[in-house]
Amino acid sequence: MGFAVVLFLKINPINTMAKRTPMEVNAGSMADISFLLLIFFLVTTQIPNEKGLPILLPPKRNIDDPIHKVKDRNILVVLVNAKNQLLVERAPMNISDLQQTTIDFLTNKGHNPAYSDSPAKAIVSIKTDRGTSYDTYLKVMDKIQTAYNTLRAEHMGIPLTAYLAFDFEKANSTMKSKYKAAKEAYPLRISEAEQSSVGE
Amino acid sequence: MFDKLKQNNVKEALNKQDSRETPMISTASLPDIVLMLLFFFMVTAVMRETNLLVEQRLPAATQLTRLQDPTLVSHIYIGKPKDTQRFGQTELIQMNDVFIVPNQVPQLITQEQEDVTRLTVSLKVDRRSKMGLINDVKRKLREANARKINYSAIGEQH
Repeated sequence: MGFAVVLFLKINPINTMAKRTPMEVNAGSMADISFLLLIFFLVTTQIPNEKGLPILLPPKRNIDDPIHKVKDRNILVVLVNAKNQLLVERAPMNISDLQQTTIDFLTNKGHNPAYSDSPAKAIVSIKTDRGTSYDTYLKVMDKIQTAYNTLRAEHMGIPLTAYLAFDFEKANSTMKSKYKAAKEAYPLRISEAEQSSVGE
Repeated sequence: MFDKLKQNNVKEALNKQDSRETPMISTASLPDIVLMLLFFFMVTAVMRETNLLVEQRLPAATQLTRLQDPTLVSHIYIGKPKDTQRFGQTELIQMNDVFIVPNQVPQLITQEQEDVTRLTVSLKVDRRSKMGLINDVKRKLREANARKINYSAIGEQH
C-alpha cells in the first residue's frame, strides 16, 4: 500500500508537468527591475568630472643649491593677509584688478622701471598668511593663471576659451609647436613664499 | 455564441484598421532601453570610493583643466568635519576614509603609488578653509616628491 502511494506521488507530478504547455516568462516586470538597478547605480556612483587648477610644486630643496638672485623689478610680489586683503608691489589692490596688473607686469618689456624686463624673466611671488582663506588664495591664483593664459592664447592667435580647451595630445603638429612657443614665451613662474603665522 | 464573438472581434479589428485609430504603444522595448541606460551609467561612472567625513564646498575658478588619468590621481580632502560633535570644529585632513595629520601624508602617498612623480594629487579643499593647513600638506607633498598638484574647483562662467 505504502509503495503504491509513493509510486503515485512519484509519477503524478511528472505527468502533470508534461501536460502543461510551456510557460511564458512575463517580461512586464523586467522594466521595473532594470529601473531599480538603474536608480541604484545613479545613487551609488559619481560621474568623474574632476576639474581643477593645476600647479607644480618646486623640487625638494637642497642645502647646497645655489641661491638665484633675481632683480627686484622682475618679481611681482603679491601678499595676501589674514583678512584676505591684497598687497601688490606694496600697494593695496582689489582682486579684480590683479589680472590686468599681471598682464601689464609680464608684457612690460622694460618700459616701466617697476615692472619686468621680459616675460621670460618675470616671476610672480605669492605670500599668504596661515589665516588667509583658501577661497581668496584660489581666486588670486586663478587671476594670475588667467593673465598667463590670456597672453599665451594671444601668442597662439586663438581665443582664451579655445586655449583652455586645447588638448595637446589631439592637436596637430602646427598647433603643438605654437603651443610650445607660447609656453616658452610666457613661462609660468609662480613662486610661493613661506607663509607667516598670522591669524591662524 | 463563440462564432458571434469571433465575428464581432473580426469586425472590430476591421473597423479599427479602417478608422486608423492609434494603437497602444508597445512597452516591450522599455526594459531594453532602461538596460541600455543602465549600462551607459555603469561604464561612465565610478563608484564612490571614500565616504566624505569633511564638508566640501569647492571654490569656483575659471582656468580649469581636466584631470588626465583617473587611475593616477589620489585625493586629499580638507575641511571642517561634518560630525562636529565627535571631531570638533577645526579643519581636518581626510585621506582614504580616515583623518590624518600632515606628517602622515608622505607615507600614505607613497603607499598609494610607487612612482610618486607620475601621481597627481587632487586637493579637494573646502572654500572656507585657512591656508595654514593647506600649506603644511603642500610642504609634505613636496618632501615626498609628489609635485603635481591640482586644486579641485568648480567651473565658473567668465
